Amino acid sequence: MAEVHPVIVGAGPAGIRAAQALVAAGLRPIVLDEAQRAGGQIYRQPPPGFHRSGRDLYGFEHRKAAHLHGTMRALLSAIDYRPGSMVWNCEDGILDVLRDGKNETVNYTHLILATGATDRVLPFPGWTLPGVYTLGGAQVALKYQGCGVGRRVAFMGTGPLLYLVAYQYAKAGAEVAAVLDTSNTTDRLAAVPGMMRAPGLAAKGLYTMGWLRLHGIPLYSGVRPDHVIGYDRVSGVVCRQGDGTDGKQLRIACDALAYGLGLRAETQLAAVAGCRFDYHERDRAWLPERDKAGRASVAGVYLAGDGAGIAGADAAELAGERAALALLEDLGMRVDTARATALQRKLERQEQVRNTLERAFPFPADWAASLDDDVVLCRCEEITVGTLRASAEVDGAREINRIKALTRVGMGRCQGRMCGAAAAEVLARASGVALPQVGWLRTQPPIKPIPVHLFSGDAPDEAGMTLAARGRR
Amino acid sequence: MNDTSRPSLLTRLAAQDRAPVDFVLDGKPARALRGDTVLTAVLTHAGRLRETEFSGAPRAGFCMMGACQDCWMRLEDGTRLRACSTFIAPGMRLLSYAHKEDSHG
Repeated sequence: MAEVHPVIVGAGPAGIRAAQALVAAGLRPIVLDEAQRAGGQIYRQPPPGFHRSGRDLYGFEHRKAAHLHGTMRALLSAIDYRPGSMVWNCEDGILDVLRDGKNETVNYTHLILATGATDRVLPFPGWTLPGVYTLGGAQVALKYQGCGVGRRVAFMGTGPLLYLVAYQYAKAGAEVAAVLDTSNTTDRLAAVPGMMRAPGLAAKGLYTMGWLRLHGIPLYSGVRPDHVIGYDRVSGVVCRQGDGTDGKQLRIACDALAYGLGLRAETQLAAVAGCRFDYHERDRAWLPERDKAGRASVAGVYLAGDGAGIAGADAAELAGERAALALLEDLGMRVDTARATALQRKLERQEQVRNTLERAFPFPADWAASLDDDVVLCRCEEITVGTLRASAEVDGAREINRIKALTRVGMGRCQGRMCGAAAAEVLARASGVALPQVGWLRTQPPIKPIPVHLFSGDAPDEAGMTLAARGRR
Repeated sequence: MNDTSRPSLLTRLAAQDRAPVDFVLDGKPARALRGDTVLTAVLTHAGRLRETEFSGAPRAGFCMMGACQDCWMRLEDGTRLRACSTFIAPGMRLLSYAHKEDSHG
C-alpha cells in the first residue's frame, strides 16, 4: 500500500472519535489541535492546577466528558498529538501550522477536518462594550478559568446553550439578572412533538428552565435587544418584548451580558482546501458539501462535527467515527460496514433532533433588518451597518465579496467570523435579494492572524521562508 | 489611558487555590494565578484589554475561544498576543492602552 499520512484537525468530540477509529485500524494519525488540552469547546479542560470536579465543569454531560477525555488519554501513545497547533492554511496535501511561535508544514494524504464552531452572533448597539461576551465565551470563562464574565450577568439569545449557561452561572455562585430568549413560547410548543424523539435532551432543557424559575430568575421570551447601557463598560441592557401596543420595554441592570444565536460552523479550512460549498436553508449558511459518510468534494478530505454543519456534540462523536471509516474504506481497508450503517442511522436521527431544536429556538430573521445605520457591524474595523447599506444602494453591490472589497466588512482580523452572518443578512435586505444570492465570504490564508515575522524573510530558519520562496504563491 | 483603577470585569468563582504569578499591567504591579490566561489576569484587575485603533473605544475580548481576535493586547516591547489563548507568565509587562503604532492619523 502507498504511504498513508492521515491528519486530523481538531481534538474535540469528532476529532477524538476519528482518531480512535483510525488507530483501531492500525493507522497513526497526526492530531493537530489549537487548544493545549483535548476536548474541544464543549468538553474543554481547564489548565493543569485547577481542581474542579467533572460534575462542576460539565454538569449533565460529565460522564460523556470523562469518557471522551479517557479515550484521548488512551490514544496518546498511538497517535502523533500536537496540541497548541494553529492550522492556518491547507493546500495540495500540505498544512501550514503555527506552533510555539514557529511555522511548520505537515503533509497529509488524508485529512479529517473537525474544526468545531463558535457562537453565531448579530450586532446591536453596545455589543462591542467591555462586558458583552458570547454565550460560549461566558461558558469558557467559567469552565476554563473558573471566572464569571461579571458579578450580575444577563443572558440573551436563543438555543439550548442560553438556559444551560445561565444555569451553570447560577450554580457557580454568580447572580443571573435575567434570561432573555429571542424565541417565543409558541416556537417551543410547536417543537414539542419533535422533542419526543429526544426525551433526554428535552428533560434536561425543562429541568434547567424549571430550576432557573424556581430560583427566582426572571425568564423572558420573544425578546429583541434595544441597546446596552454603559459608556466604557456594561451597566445594563434594554430590550423590547413583543410588538406594537402589546410590546413592553425591559430594562435589566447587569454588569455583563452574554448572548448568542445558536452556533456557526468554523469552515475556513474546508474553504482553503478547495471544498465545494452549498447553501443550507435551516442554518442560513453556506457549508462544505459532504456525503452521508463525511466525504468532502475534494478527494482525501473528510468533514465531521460542528465544523461541517451544526449538529451538537453527540452527533460530532458519531460523525468523527463515520468519517474515519470512510477514510479507511477509501484506502481499500476492510471496515465494519454494519457499524458504518448504524452510525449513519444514528446521525440521521440526530439531524431530526437538530431540526426540532431549530424550530424551538429559531434564528431571529428580523433582527438584522431592524438595525439602525449607526450600529457597528464589523468589530475589527468598526464599520457600520449604514456603510454596508450605502454601498449596496450607491454601488449596487449584491454580492458579499463585492461588499467586502468596497467596505472592508469581513476583511478584518476575524475574517468575517463575527460579522459574516450579519453582513449577509443586512445585504440581502438592503439589496432586496434572497439570502443565498448574496453568497459567502471567500476565505484567504492565513485563516487566522499569524505573526508577520514568519514572512519577513529575514529570519534565518525555515519558519522565516516566505510563501513565495516555497513556491506556493 | 491607564484604566486599571476601575473595577475588574471578571469575577473569580472557583479554583482559586493556585500559585500566584506577578506581572505588570500599565507599569503597575499586579498578581494573577498560575493557569490564568492573559485575558483573565488582566480583566480580574481592569475593565479593558486595549483600545481600538479606529475610535479608541475600550475592548475586552468577546468569543474567548480564539475566533474573534478582539482580545489582542500589547506587551511593552510591542509584541501583540491573543489574550484569551496565551497564559500569563511571571514578569510579563502588558499594556491596556493604545500603543502609538496602533492609532491611525
